[in-house]
Amino acid sequence: MLKQKITIALSGNPNSGKTTIFNAITGARQHIANYPGVTVEKKYGRIKHKGYDIEVVDLPGTYSLTAYSLEEIVARDFLINERPDLVVDIVDASNLDRNLYLAIQFKELGVPLIIALNMTDVAEGRGIVVEQETLSTLLGVPVVPTVARSNKGIDDLLDRVVEEALNDREWQPAIISYGADVDQGLNEIEDIIKGTDAYDKKYPPRWLALKCMERDDQIVELIRSDHEISLAVDAICEKTSKHLMDTLEEEPEGIIADHRYGHITGITKKSVKRRIESRLNLSDRIDKVLTNRIIGPFIMMLILYGIYEFTFWVSEGPVSWLEVFFGGLKGVVSFFISEGLLYSLIVSGIIDGVGGILGFMPLIMFMFFAIAIMEDSGYMARVAYMLDRVLRWFGLHGNSVMALLVSGGIAGGCAVPGVMATRTLRDPKERIATLLVVPFMNCGAKLPVFAMLIAAFFAKKEAGMMFIFTLLSWSFALFAAKMIRSTVLKGPKTPFVMELPPYRLPTLKGLIIHTWERTWQFIKRAGTFILAMSILLWAMMTFPGLSEKQIKAYEAQRVGLRDSFLVLPEIKATIKDEKGLEDLDDLVNSYGRAVKEDFESVKALQKNPLFPLAKTIFAERYVQKEGEGSSRMQREAATAYLRYTEELARVDGRQNQAMLKGTIAGRIGQILEHVTSALGFDYRTNIALIGGFAAKEVVVSTLGTAYSLGEVDPEQSGSLSEKLKEDPNWNSLVAFTLILFTMLYVPCLATVISIKKESSWRWAGFSVAFNLIAAYLVCLAVYQIGSAFGLGG
Amino acid sequence: MKKIITMREMTKNQGGIIKRVSASGVMGRRIREMGLVPNTYIQVQGRAPLKDPVAIKIRDFILTLRNSEADHILVEVDDLE
Repeated sequence: MLKQKITIALSGNPNSGKTTIFNAITGARQHIANYPGVTVEKKYGRIKHKGYDIEVVDLPGTYSLTAYSLEEIVARDFLINERPDLVVDIVDASNLDRNLYLAIQFKELGVPLIIALNMTDVAEGRGIVVEQETLSTLLGVPVVPTVARSNKGIDDLLDRVVEEALNDREWQPAIISYGADVDQGLNEIEDIIKGTDAYDKKYPPRWLALKCMERDDQIVELIRSDHEISLAVDAICEKTSKHLMDTLEEEPEGIIADHRYGHITGITKKSVKRRIESRLNLSDRIDKVLTNRIIGPFIMMLILYGIYEFTFWVSEGPVSWLEVFFGGLKGVVSFFISEGLLYSLIVSGIIDGVGGILGFMPLIMFMFFAIAIMEDSGYMARVAYMLDRVLRWFGLHGNSVMALLVSGGIAGGCAVPGVMATRTLRDPKERIATLLVVPFMNCGAKLPVFAMLIAAFFAKKEAGMMFIFTLLSWSFALFAAKMIRSTVLKGPKTPFVMELPPYRLPTLKGLIIHTWERTWQFIKRAGTFILAMSILLWAMMTFPGLSEKQIKAYEAQRVGLRDSFLVLPEIKATIKDEKGLEDLDDLVNSYGRAVKEDFESVKALQKNPLFPLAKTIFAERYVQKEGEGSSRMQREAATAYLRYTEELARVDGRQNQAMLKGTIAGRIGQILEHVTSALGFDYRTNIALIGGFAAKEVVVSTLGTAYSLGEVDPEQSGSLSEKLKEDPNWNSLVAFTLILFTMLYVPCLATVISIKKESSWRWAGFSVAFNLIAAYLVCLAVYQIGSAFGLGG
Repeated sequence: MKKIITMREMTKNQGGIIKRVSASGVMGRRIREMGLVPNTYIQVQGRAPLKDPVAIKIRDFILTLRNSEADHILVEVDDLE
């Protein structure tokens, strides 16, 4: 019976165009999952071709199939355990030797193989012509030329896939000679393995022997499960190794790699024709400038600054649309649900919590887009190359730079994708150190807090202060990394053997897919766990709330204010009773809206007898000059009305303040005063910082409530700045300390969850504790030393 | 005249043939997998701002490695002196 379903695995070196081929084959029908138990992404997609269902699995890009990195182990385990019908190895024709190194290993493993000879156009441009017939014959594998960027050869490739998969052949491991000594050792090991039932039949015995000889950790471990065999195998390896060291001064793994490359050179010598070309190719010429030792770093700074400007400029509109959207959503809710607990839960808990985070989505999305351009063009690898020496000093790796940049290294990123970006680091210690320090960077949510405090206490020095705080966050992150790497995560540096891929113009499709993948992960997180935690934090800041008696007392104050307002002589003339007052309130509001809209809607209101007064009130309030054409009586009435509404707002503010103080968060905040007073923070700041655990920008709105201002929009925090400036508890030193604290203290919820997903609860917990302690100690030193020198006044 | 030096000692644009790779373990395997095996021609492409890592052209691509790794690679170069 013919097979109807075919599973193929796409594999290939990084930068061989594998992702482009995967995108070309599957289009938008892609799914992402993780390989079981690890953080390596598994991408797959299903398509129909010539009546066959083809499942395409995109294996991680690897240079080899040893147990060097998680990606290589994952790719290898997938092939051995899942046994796909076919492996399509994408090979970069312009860089054939190194790409064939992986192909040879597939042959040794024995999987049915097709080679997609990709980027033949690039190769020809560089004077490299690959004779695919010859290559196919010498390798004993079908070769299909493709140019994935322009969709060329994809259909041919799929035709060939169907054809080959139908053969349904057994695995046929190829045998390559590694010289007499190694071959003899391999034969002996193979015989031992074949002679027992102890080994798993899914592994080809010769391949197992080869991996033992290469000292592959995973396979050595596998063999070790049978003690006797393990001893015998070890003895052979030892003997071979010693002999090779004595005669050739080389270890077996060296000899094996040399022979593989020797084998490849033999093939490419016959199948590749080169035009002698001495001039530099375009990519090399670009590198002469961009990685120049002197101007390279300057250009890098300019590019990073450009990205910062670009993302803020381009996302300004969408961010404000989202704000309007969430504001509108609140309006819709208030239409259906009257004020009360449920309303507060939905508006303050859910919409503010999740909306506060999703509100940053456009900013983050464009940041991802810019970073995708840097990655896809090949520039990111150059940044890692230029900064490796600096980062290494702090125990990090050149590739850590990506995570630091995404998290807000140029101010305005987000630590959630930053934490995810640490996946590119191979060494677990360097990876965890990186993900522990990325929350120190100045993400987009911290900026409103900084902006509000800077406006209040460092006015006219905005740009300079922001620059100082960017530098400070980098310094803290790097020194924290150094500390972590020399204590809890002590360990050797990993090699920095990295390819600088040729510069390529990114494709729009690739950029969009990359941007969307990251953005989607961010949305998913905001939508699930963060929702739950926002509700919890809301509850902490709402309950137990005020007692019935207290609420009545505030209500009584309001009634008192109203009554004394209504008996004022200048009011009595126009407003008779409460009903009349309500009408006036409504009219002032609708007039305010109408003025913004158009002349017609203003005209419609004019019939109202209270209109002249409302107009005067509006003029007095907003235009801040005496209403033209109004009578003295009306002006006095308007002034009285404004004074009345102000007093009313003050009562509301006091009520909110008292309520917040009585909640769980408020009580915790007061208890914490014992430790935070040494930093200059009172309970109100503490409550704000507790709220900031959901998302840092909540610090601003919570401070607003704590200072009884009612609703404070983090984007327009002018009134809060004014208030803090006048408050005797505040001065520039307290503000500076609070900015530092906000920068350093616990990562926000979304980040903690991401850290957990990328490592474990243990590290997530460590991160919270470490950051909190670091923030406390740094701020304690700053505040105490600052106070001793009389800074801040 | 030919002489053998470590890759760290090579100057910019200098070319040579790898004679020996003495690294072992994970680093040794990685270096070899990327094509740094004896009898391969390499050319130094440049160095990062702080002189480390070094970028070399090998086969048809550019590879970077740290000086501490380049120390393990012996290269036969033309003695220009």
